[in-house]
Amino acid sequence: MAMESSAVSAEAHDGHKGGHATVGTYVMIGVILTVITAVEVAVFYIPALSAIIVPLLLVLSATKFVIVVLFYMHLRYDSPVFSRVFFGPLFLALVVVIGLVLLFKFVPKINPY
Amino acid sequence: MQAQSVTAGTSHHPHPPTATGLDTWKLGFWIFLGSETLFFGSLISTYMVYKHESVRGPMPPEILNIPLTSISTFVLLMSSLAMVIALDMVQRNNRRGALWGIMAVVLLGSLFIGFQSYEFTHFYHEGLTLQTNMFGSTFFILTGFHGAHVTVGVIWLLILWMDAFRGRLGPNNALRLEIAGLYWHFVDIVWIAIFTLIYLLE
Repeated sequence: MAMESSAVSAEAHDGHKGGHATVGTYVMIGVILTVITAVEVAVFYIPALSAIIVPLLLVLSATKFVIVVLFYMHLRYDSPVFSRVFFGPLFLALVVVIGLVLLFKFVPKINPY
Repeated sequence: MQAQSVTAGTSHHPHPPTATGLDTWKLGFWIFLGSETLFFGSLISTYMVYKHESVRGPMPPEILNIPLTSISTFVLLMSSLAMVIALDMVQRNNRRGALWGIMAVVLLGSLFIGFQSYEFTHFYHEGLTLQTNMFGSTFFILTGFHGAHVTVGVIWLLILWMDAFRGRLGPNNALRLEIAGLYWHFVDIVWIAIFTLIYLLE
């Protein structure tokens, strides 16, 4: 009984959702990442899209980022604990980047001379 | 009895005897990667804040080579694909496939470093150095640190390739390659951000 209990407990603690993607899925994801990269470069060279280039490229880039993290880094299949210890600091890093860019853009520069 | 069957049924993902049930090395490495996001976040924000503060050229639009960098981005993406296939081969005990996979990552990573070395040399001849202007300082620091990370990854994978060659890397210790793979994919996602923010949104 004790052995049975510890086995169940170990399984519950593991948090592993089980299974990994197949090689076919990995190749398909590689193709998707390549296509998104090609679209990004195409967007860069199309003048008609210059008005929306910033949000468009940010969305495309974020999509690639998430795909790699979920499938190639296996966070989709792994314990949620790994997701928390990675996405927590990532969120903080995004706040730092956005905060500093906005700060230097909108706060008037102080002339030290 | 049931405990034995659970262990046997999860031979690829055995439950480590820790309080969390998670492998300590893997958890620690994810925490390290979390800290790395803050490190690169700081470098990226520094670049974005100072890139237009240069008082003399060359400026980003004059010097950045988008076609060349697009190819090197594709090379790094393909190295990530090779990495997951190599890990799959090791977990399946396919030694030949693992050797080819790891070597492919090493070669593609080395090719990426070659592209970056060419870019840095070209910029130097065009008059852009660390000391030239704010753009040069922040650009070389950011991409240089990324290149250093790629170099560390290539050396790490070469060591694992030698272990695989000697038959010391298999399903029982595939976690060693999995952690190296996490590092490699992290380097890839950092480049995904750099390619968009530094090159395409110049």
